[in-house]
Amino acid sequence: MTNLILRDLVKRYGDTEVLHSINLTVDEGEFVVLVGPSGCGKSTTLRMIAGLEEITEGTIEIGGRVVNNLEPKERNIAMVFQNYAIYPHMSVRRNIGFGLKTAKLTKDEKNARIDEVAGILGMTDLLERKPAQLSGGQRQRVAIGRAMVRDPAVFLFDEPLSNLDAQLRTQMRLEIKKLHTRVGRMMIFVTHDQVEAMTLADRIVIMKDGYIQQIGTPAEVYHAPANTFVAQFIGAPAMNLMEAQGTGHGVKLWNGAEISVPGLSIPAGRSVTFGIRPEDLKSDATGVLSGTVTVAEPLGSETLVYVDVDGHEINATAPGRTPPKAGDKISLSLSGEDAHLFDTASGQSLRLS
Amino acid sequence: MAATDDLAVRASSDALLKASAPPKKRNMAQFIRWVLLFAGGIVMVMPLAYMISTSMKWPWEVYNLGLIPEEPTLENYTHVLEDGRFFGWFINSLVIATITTLSALFFDSLVGYTLCKFKFRGRYIVFIAILSTLMIPTEMLVIPWYMMSQSFGWLDSYWGIMFPGLMTAFGVFLMKQFFETVPDDFLEAARIDGLNEFQIWWQVAMPMVRPALAALAIFIFLGNWTAFLWPLIVTTSPDLYTLPVGLSSFGDEADVAWELIMTGAAISTLPTLVFFLIFQRFIIRGVVMAGLKG
Repeated sequence: MTNLILRDLVKRYGDTEVLHSINLTVDEGEFVVLVGPSGCGKSTTLRMIAGLEEITEGTIEIGGRVVNNLEPKERNIAMVFQNYAIYPHMSVRRNIGFGLKTAKLTKDEKNARIDEVAGILGMTDLLERKPAQLSGGQRQRVAIGRAMVRDPAVFLFDEPLSNLDAQLRTQMRLEIKKLHTRVGRMMIFVTHDQVEAMTLADRIVIMKDGYIQQIGTPAEVYHAPANTFVAQFIGAPAMNLMEAQGTGHGVKLWNGAEISVPGLSIPAGRSVTFGIRPEDLKSDATGVLSGTVTVAEPLGSETLVYVDVDGHEINATAPGRTPPKAGDKISLSLSGEDAHLFDTASGQSLRLS
Repeated sequence: MAATDDLAVRASSDALLKASAPPKKRNMAQFIRWVLLFAGGIVMVMPLAYMISTSMKWPWEVYNLGLIPEEPTLENYTHVLEDGRFFGWFINSLVIATITTLSALFFDSLVGYTLCKFKFRGRYIVFIAILSTLMIPTEMLVIPWYMMSQSFGWLDSYWGIMFPGLMTAFGVFLMKQFFETVPDDFLEAARIDGLNEFQIWWQVAMPMVRPALAALAIFIFLGNWTAFLWPLIVTTSPDLYTLPVGLSSFGDEADVAWELIMTGAAISTLPTLVFFLIFQRFIIRGVVMAGLKG
């Protein structure tokens, strides 16, 4: 059983601590996505797992073995880089086979492995080409092939889809997911794109400023965000956050609207942050949030509507073929069951605490 | 009718020209450009033309500065090629320039790579120290080189001729700049693939800077092929002369055999020409890249 355990992992550059006591356990075969804005420490964490960055404090265990002082090649990992890092002077075959250079295999065995991987990736016809003759997606596939050919215990992906155009990115995302199902190996994937994180991950690790904000399944982090950062980072368009005060059995919004929140008792007068996802706001003549549509963005299946409610901008989604237009008056209703409540000072969720 | 057509054509072409600059100014600028290029061309080509011309003159005509020999002859070529010494010098030059080029390519790129891709204390100081040696002219270095050769017993030997050029500061600088363009991801991917640092340099980084290596190879080869001062000083036996030194020894003290020197020089440009033609596409790319990224 190969699992990966990060224990109290710390990274410092000089006096600057960029990663603060990271703890994470990943099970065999699990697909974990590290996600966060740039500078949150996700890539540093991945590079420490790979052995490309020194570990300042803490330990990394792969398959029950502390790998802190092992060279990358001794860690039984493979990594796919953002800019592919496939060697321009080598054919696809040599690129894929490069990872086997140090493996103790005969030439025939190596070729068989390369052919097998190329078959899985649908690249058999391209084996003799040079990278310059490949498209971006094909290059990325070669990079993945080079990782696969070594059959490592852990696959590491460092923003591998960032250089692809939107359509190709969606396609490669799907391919990586299929690949994971097929090879069944542990994959750790770094991205700043929350859509990639949601679609790929068994579990998502959301990071910010070198701290883990929340670890959970895509559904957990979406429906029960641990704090306001996660609430806003996961989900597009982002969750609406508004000032509110406790009323005992519910909250009173900044505009005076009272909303009862079942299953949660908030002391009267306590300042809280009230969060509601755009899709949980319904257009309703009796709604508590009334305002004017400032911008309407049609997305095809639905329309994203920005509503000015007493100076606050609220996002809502409107389904159907006759969405509101800019300048329309609109009222939005919401249910307390869909509400997310956070402590105003700490930003932590009141439901989870 | 024809005249009006002509006018119409001129009017339309004038209209086109007006879009960029008035035609008179444009022609003037073009003219000046041509004159400058022509002057530059003359300066470059004349010595070569004189070299070829003199190599085809009889001794009595050498000091007649006409470009076309009165009685052209290939006698000098026969003479030089039949002179056993010339072939020996040619081989000396070829061996020395080749070994020095290979050595400089190896060490310059190794040091350049290390200075570029490894973070260690004092890296910048080492780089500046290497770079500062570029500011010392060869003429000044000749004395310490000579004293060094003397104390190590390298005077009048192949090694003595070669050792100052086995590694060059310019090459280190050039290669360091080029390795900056190789993304670290490639090296890290190779590290994960299990290569050691030397293999990463040799198998991954070096193939990516081939244009720079080709350009550097040409610079160094030509530099050593035409080197005169140091080989002249360090060698005493004619067997060890390089081509430029050997050629200058043609003739005696009273009479310099210019026609033979020029003949030898003309022949000696052939290998450099071949070398250049082979690596031409690389050197042009290399120089362009050096200009952009250096």
